[in-house]
Amino acid sequence: MQRITIDPITRLEGHGKIEIFLNDEGNVANTYFQIPELRGFERFCVGRPIEEMAVITGRICGVCPEAHHMAAAKAADAVYHVEIPRPAKLLRELLYSAFYVTDHTTHFYALGGPDFVMGPDAPVAERNILGVIHKVGMEIAGKVLQARKAGHTVIEMIGGRKVHPCTSIPGGLSKGITKEQRDEILAMGKWAIEFAQFSLKLFGDIVLGNKAYVDLILGDIYTHRTHSIGMVDDSHKVNFYDGKVSVVDPEGKRLGKYAPSEYTDWIAEHVEPWTYLKFPYLKKVGWKGFVDGKDSGVYFATPLSRLNAADGMATPLAQAEYDKFYATLGGKPVHQRLAIHWARLIELLYAAERWVELVTDPEITSDNFRTIPTAKPTEGVGIVEAPRGTLTHHYWTDERGIVTKANLIVGTTNNYAPITMSIKKAADSFIKRGVVVSEGILNRVEMAFRAYDPCFGCATHSLPGQMPLEVTVRDARGNVVEVLKQFCD
Amino acid sequence: MSKPKFAMYWAAACGGCEIAVLNTNEKILDVDANFDVVFWPVAMDAKYKDVEAMADQSILLTLFNGAIRNDENEHIAHLLRKKSQILVAFGACATQGGIPGLANLSSTPSMVDTAFTTLSTDNPDDLRPQTKYTIPEGEITIPTLYPAVKSLDQVVKVDYYMPGCPPESHQIAAVIDLVVQVLQGKAQLPPTGAVIGAGNSSVCEECTRTRNEKKIAKFTRIQDFKPDPDVCLLEQGILCCGAATRSGCGAVCPKAAVPCVGCYGATDDSPDHGARLLNAVASVIDSRDPVEVEKILDGIPDPAGMFYRFGMPGSLLRASKAAWEDKG
Amino acid sequence: MAQQFEPLIIGFTCNWCSYRAADSAGSMRLKYPPNIRLIRLMCSGRIDTTFVLQAFANGADAVLISGCHPGDCHYVEQNYKAQSRFLLMRRMIAQMGIEPQRLQLLWASAAEGTIFAAEVTKMIEEIRKLGPLNWKGGQLSAVSHQRSAIAEVAV
Repeated sequence: MQRITIDPITRLEGHGKIEIFLNDEGNVANTYFQIPELRGFERFCVGRPIEEMAVITGRICGVCPEAHHMAAAKAADAVYHVEIPRPAKLLRELLYSAFYVTDHTTHFYALGGPDFVMGPDAPVAERNILGVIHKVGMEIAGKVLQARKAGHTVIEMIGGRKVHPCTSIPGGLSKGITKEQRDEILAMGKWAIEFAQFSLKLFGDIVLGNKAYVDLILGDIYTHRTHSIGMVDDSHKVNFYDGKVSVVDPEGKRLGKYAPSEYTDWIAEHVEPWTYLKFPYLKKVGWKGFVDGKDSGVYFATPLSRLNAADGMATPLAQAEYDKFYATLGGKPVHQRLAIHWARLIELLYAAERWVELVTDPEITSDNFRTIPTAKPTEGVGIVEAPRGTLTHHYWTDERGIVTKANLIVGTTNNYAPITMSIKKAADSFIKRGVVVSEGILNRVEMAFRAYDPCFGCATHSLPGQMPLEVTVRDARGNVVEVLKQFCD
Repeated sequence: MSKPKFAMYWAAACGGCEIAVLNTNEKILDVDANFDVVFWPVAMDAKYKDVEAMADQSILLTLFNGAIRNDENEHIAHLLRKKSQILVAFGACATQGGIPGLANLSSTPSMVDTAFTTLSTDNPDDLRPQTKYTIPEGEITIPTLYPAVKSLDQVVKVDYYMPGCPPESHQIAAVIDLVVQVLQGKAQLPPTGAVIGAGNSSVCEECTRTRNEKKIAKFTRIQDFKPDPDVCLLEQGILCCGAATRSGCGAVCPKAAVPCVGCYGATDDSPDHGARLLNAVASVIDSRDPVEVEKILDGIPDPAGMFYRFGMPGSLLRASKAAWEDKG
Repeated sequence: MAQQFEPLIIGFTCNWCSYRAADSAGSMRLKYPPNIRLIRLMCSGRIDTTFVLQAFANGADAVLISGCHPGDCHYVEQNYKAQSRFLLMRRMIAQMGIEPQRLQLLWASAAEGTIFAAEVTKMIEEIRKLGPLNWKGGQLSAVSHQRSAIAEVAV
């Protein structure tokens, strides 16, 4: 049996490798996507004070520490049975909205952008952020840097630091913001809205204006009909920071909505012994394997699934884009994975609008940003939407508030099963008998992965543009049949 | 004339160091202008095989962040050491183990057991990940987890240490400036083994709160009272690590009204960060009666976790007995 | 015949009281087993957690901290610092898997040679029963003292 190994997968946060096995006919027999790392947060958080979770779990991911910080903070509030004051909620959500702007910007311009702006078959040397800049101009790079800088300035003002915010404590925040900071945040927020609109227009011109791309997006290769989940507010509109998690089936029917404390009624994690990561699935539907469909418990949690699981966006400009999105793609729900890139930009716009909405609230500069918990700590769950998916933190503590047990279901983990399926389907479709497995072919396999937002990319430069790649093809006895190389010797 | 080569790699890491590098904003263009980036998995597509194919010492500068948790992390550490002239332990995980090092307070089997038996885990056959697994198509592998997490210098020789979780962007920018100046022949690199991008005092030096004599009769958790914003946190009974933690961050956390968590690691000439922290905290306890002292110490519910939050692997004891015995 | 386990104990004593107690035990020809190796500090308050951890990391089965009685410290009140550190250290080493009994505190004045010898003998037997520590985690040579070179700090 021939075998193709991609190790490590690149342009994402975290580690992973893909093993593709070909049968004697030269078609894909099976594909395995393995996660080779485990650090053990659920174990080593035990024995630590609950208030440290907001700081320790940020180190699960330094790209979205804000998400872990908020989920842990909300869980700690729940552990203490304390309701934080309204100004604290506003400040936390404001930080979170600014974070979404930086994070979605980073992904679109350095990851999704190149595959679309340059095209999946563009020469490797151009299919990165540099190519994007050459095609659309240096001005874009400046805007991207500015968007990241603005967002991180807000994160630092409210959260204390640019990476690994530290100000959320049980009962609220350790500090508020001044009127001067509020004015600065407002100016940056207004600019962020313009930047989001610019990004959507760019997507419209370059991607939606190109029939080949539209066909790619609408095509079957990158499509999986699975359930969608995402957090919504009381009006069933997308909310990143607070609300309940809505679950809809592949046809768009809402199966239900769960509050944080109810997550174990809905989500379970399947185990395979060839990887360190588990595969969440919908408990009420059941694990039926890596398959699509209404009867399969596989679900995805991404910007697209959030849009599918909600009834709309809570801000006007984003809502208009939401309507246009579904009108263009033939109605709700949408299952084409490449459309996640578009949904991500709609969320970018919502985040910017929400940023302005929150910072203009009269209570945003209030000094009532914390309350002292009085109840005995016991147990609590905190859920937020990380950019990459629904994030759940669950802690149990003793009467001193020292963690005795922890359960974490992290953003991208939600998507482990659908990503595995997407990779396999792309491999099945592109790697066939008689096809030379070229770099372009393997890139199309990676595009299946990248759509889910593998978390990262260099905001300014994905540098050399030459993707060094080596593919070794072996026969059933392990003898090397062919070695394909590019940009490496 | 080709540009010198640059690489950045993450082992058992979180990506925060990468983001901190990007948060230098325009400074990153100086990296691009002066270097060819040849390996940076987060940002571009070079694979392990490409690094293996490079000539030894052909990479001028490699920034290595993340701790050594498994054999793949160690393998790449050796590989990059071989291929690099200058290897920097970048960030708390590489310099002293970091947050993943907290796993050293328990064993690897207990860590794996915990992850595979959580409340939401569906594991009726009580499976655990196998480092070698046979599937119908062949055999696939995943790395072997070590009994304890290690810092980078516990597996390879390190040329420079850049502490912080992550190193603050203004410090990274300063180091980029220095490196560019060195490339242009306008400056010299510090002696090997040095700590770069940080100060050589403690966080207290950068903290703006006023400090008086400390006499602590009670330690209080941050959620239990509202501290005076202008007075030293430790003085008010909040467990702040600043007194024994290296300066360089600008004391951002105490300025944000939360205690320093010690992410910049030990100060100069301190072989064990936690030991010095323990000394400092114990010394300010205001009691002579051992029974009363014990009661005050109940206000520090997790000494090992607090003192070694970022530095367990880099400490003198390195890991708990549970880790070394591989159980508990 | 099986060799009996011989504990290795490091004893940090203070110049003014406990070290003189040990000394006076010697001059009185009071025997106590050679399992304890004494290190003289000027004051028990000089005890640094680093010393204790280094001792355990490098093969000690137990550590003794010994100083002047409360109220009698040559430097007035530094033995109280030693006491606080000792009590906190005990809690911390317990989390690391080192039994708290392996770290002990003993007040002994210069005149109390007999008491010193008796207490040390008792401690040795206690540790013998407990068994060897054999700490595998620590290797002092692997932890480098990091000199500092400051890059331009642009604050």
